[in-house]
Amino acid sequence: MSQATARNRPKHLNLFQIRLPIPGIVSILHRISGASLFLMLPFLLYLLQQSLQSPDSYIHFRALVGHPLVKLILLGLLWAFLHHFCAGIRYLTLDMHMGTDLAAARSSSYAVVGVSLVMTVILGVWLW
Amino acid sequence: MVRRVPVGAHYGLRDWLVQRVTAVVMAVYSLMMLALVVFAPPAHYGAWKGLFAQQWFRLASLLFALSVFWHAWVGVRDILMDYVKATGTRLALQVLVVLSLVAYALWSIQILWSIS
Repeated sequence: MSQATARNRPKHLNLFQIRLPIPGIVSILHRISGASLFLMLPFLLYLLQQSLQSPDSYIHFRALVGHPLVKLILLGLLWAFLHHFCAGIRYLTLDMHMGTDLAAARSSSYAVVGVSLVMTVILGVWLW
Repeated sequence: MVRRVPVGAHYGLRDWLVQRVTAVVMAVYSLMMLALVVFAPPAHYGAWKGLFAQQWFRLASLLFALSVFWHAWVGVRDILMDYVKATGTRLALQVLVVLSLVAYALWSIQILWSIS
């Protein structure tokens, strides 16, 4: 590494100038999906409660999840869950020192993004 | 000469392990639920309620819920430590998150055990 290159390194991290490598994209999406799932926990618990409380609340639950806006939110959360799941499995395998070289880390990252998107479409179409 | 640096609260390794153990619990429960929904979907209220009326399923669901909340605590705390630099704000948010998660845990127990 030459002196000039070292001097030209960015002093701060500008999110609009960084070109994040694919494992980095999986990582930040892991965060975003986890945070979204956390923020929606009360809504999900409310849905579970409505689905179980009584026959009347069950009807209310069915009406709620039948609403297009709620369906859209749940579709988003389905993706968040599937991405968090797949990326999580990837991190567990990395912990066990599997697929840690650059090529494998990149291809498993593409797999995480791809599989979670395809699963979201399949389950989303089926459940819509 | 070995220089030991006695700093930190030493919760790092425990949290690292908690994050992974709870992840495995959630993954197993999720796959079980996926199999259930695909092969024997509970189509009406009676079937759905009947599923949760079984003690083992209720306990498995509680174990899953508690894993979610503990896992969420470690994750959200990491996010807050990374992005919220003001100590007072960060501590306030962390307290809010802990109290929310404890409330969710109690709520989950109420939901699961109010099924007759």
